[in-house]
Amino acid sequence: MLSTLNLRALGWALLASALLAASVVAGSRNLQNFDGALAAYLFATLFAAFGIVYRYAVWLQRPPTRLYWRAGWRLLFSPRFPAYLAELARRLVDELALQRFIWKRSPKRGLAHVLLAWGCLSAFAITVPLVFGWVHFTLKAGTIDVYEAHLLGFHAFDFPLGGFVALNLFHALNWSSVLVLLGVFGFLRRRITDAGQISTQTFEMDLMPLVLLVLISVTGLGLTWDYELMQGRAHPFMAISHAITVILFLLWLPFGKFFHVFQRPAQLGVALYQREGEAGEQAVCPHTGEAFASRMHVEDLKQVTAELGYDYRLAGGGSHLDLSPQGKRAALAKAHLAARTESGAFFG
Amino acid sequence: MTTTASRSHEEFFLDPQRCIGCHACEMACAECETNGQLAMIHVDYVDRAMSPQTSVQVCMHCEEPTCARVCPADAIAKDELGVVHSANAARCIACSNCVLACPFGVPKKIEPMKLMMKCNLCYDRTSAGRRPMCATVCPSGALWYGPRERMASMRPNSSPVNEFRFGLQKVRTRVNVMMPKGSTELVVDGTEAP
Repeated sequence: MLSTLNLRALGWALLASALLAASVVAGSRNLQNFDGALAAYLFATLFAAFGIVYRYAVWLQRPPTRLYWRAGWRLLFSPRFPAYLAELARRLVDELALQRFIWKRSPKRGLAHVLLAWGCLSAFAITVPLVFGWVHFTLKAGTIDVYEAHLLGFHAFDFPLGGFVALNLFHALNWSSVLVLLGVFGFLRRRITDAGQISTQTFEMDLMPLVLLVLISVTGLGLTWDYELMQGRAHPFMAISHAITVILFLLWLPFGKFFHVFQRPAQLGVALYQREGEAGEQAVCPHTGEAFASRMHVEDLKQVTAELGYDYRLAGGGSHLDLSPQGKRAALAKAHLAARTESGAFFG
Repeated sequence: MTTTASRSHEEFFLDPQRCIGCHACEMACAECETNGQLAMIHVDYVDRAMSPQTSVQVCMHCEEPTCARVCPADAIAKDELGVVHSANAARCIACSNCVLACPFGVPKKIEPMKLMMKCNLCYDRTSAGRRPMCATVCPSGALWYGPRERMASMRPNSSPVNEFRFGLQKVRTRVNVMMPKGSTELVVDGTEAP
């Protein structure tokens, strides 16, 4: 195992974990605002951060990924910065927030994914600051029904217990759970009824993530159910079962399907690359005589394929990659016809 | 649905000269459950101005798939049956690398969906021991799926070839192309008339 360890990625992962741990200590004021009951969540989150950064750093070393990573940042901070920043902002809303491209795959998928994604993201936005001790609540001195919210140890705002703000603050994770459950059931329905999905899906990559999210949401809702309707009698069971499911999720985060959450923003870098390509010279297919991609993209792919050990250069000069997809299919058909013609029979 | 094992003795045989351009395979391809009702097979006029020749192209399922290696998102995978699958919908970032790098010109990018899709050998059918949709409807035998011995008896003057050379690059595939008897590879070296 040690022989396959990627030292550069290891360095980044250790650095990220150390910075995160330091930010927890600083943000919780030397841990005085850290809730010891959440220690297991903290260590699982630190492990997840280590794994995510390690995998991301390894991923960026692949030639095609490195190409887009570098090009994306280079283009963003180029003289076209204002235009590209506006493009990024537009796509951030359109593609990452609203996820319109998933709605185009199917409206039901789009709806399910938006519910699931925002349920998960809102749950993370709420729990991570609580686990890190960055946010905590205290009873306002001299009162018995007013809470104070603190952010990074600084007083943020007060709110009365029993009011609208308190209801939503203390139940925000329940609303997240409901969103997640609605989304998960949309996807589960698809995964057990769509023949194409059934044939290609795997348990660990497609079904387990959904089952895990159901368990997290149900056990999370169970905590509220317990203290609202069961006078807290089942609290140890609810707390431990919820912790186990969430920690499993965090430990598995760098390895499984949810890593796509961290990969997806690469789509924004690709968008800048494509926009830059559209503005530049176009590659014209020698077969069709039509532009089919940017010259920059075709030339970069020649470089990437060469780095990967492929050699599509033609003996007479040029490259097979100079052809459009249609041109490549035609070249194959022509080569086949030529071979058949040379043999003296078109069929056999 | 039935989930019997793939029949490993059955192979795909492609004979472009037999394609009559009827597009029946396209219609059948769109019925494949894994494609979302989109046809992934390509039926082209090779050079419409000069000839009525048509050609058909399915994914050749390369042993070392260029599409998968150039994918920046690790979205394309080859399974233990040698089938190179469509892009993983959760990972594909619609960069078109696979579309432009595939030496056979197979992958399609569906821009509004931000997704690459391609022929995956009708995985819902072949993994259950059935023939791919296109091969069940091709009237001229340009697309055929079955045991190698059966193909040898039907086409005694042809040899199945699964080695290609694109310029300096050799490519081995799971899918075969029927070539003149005794052929061992199909060379695409840029000398074909543009």
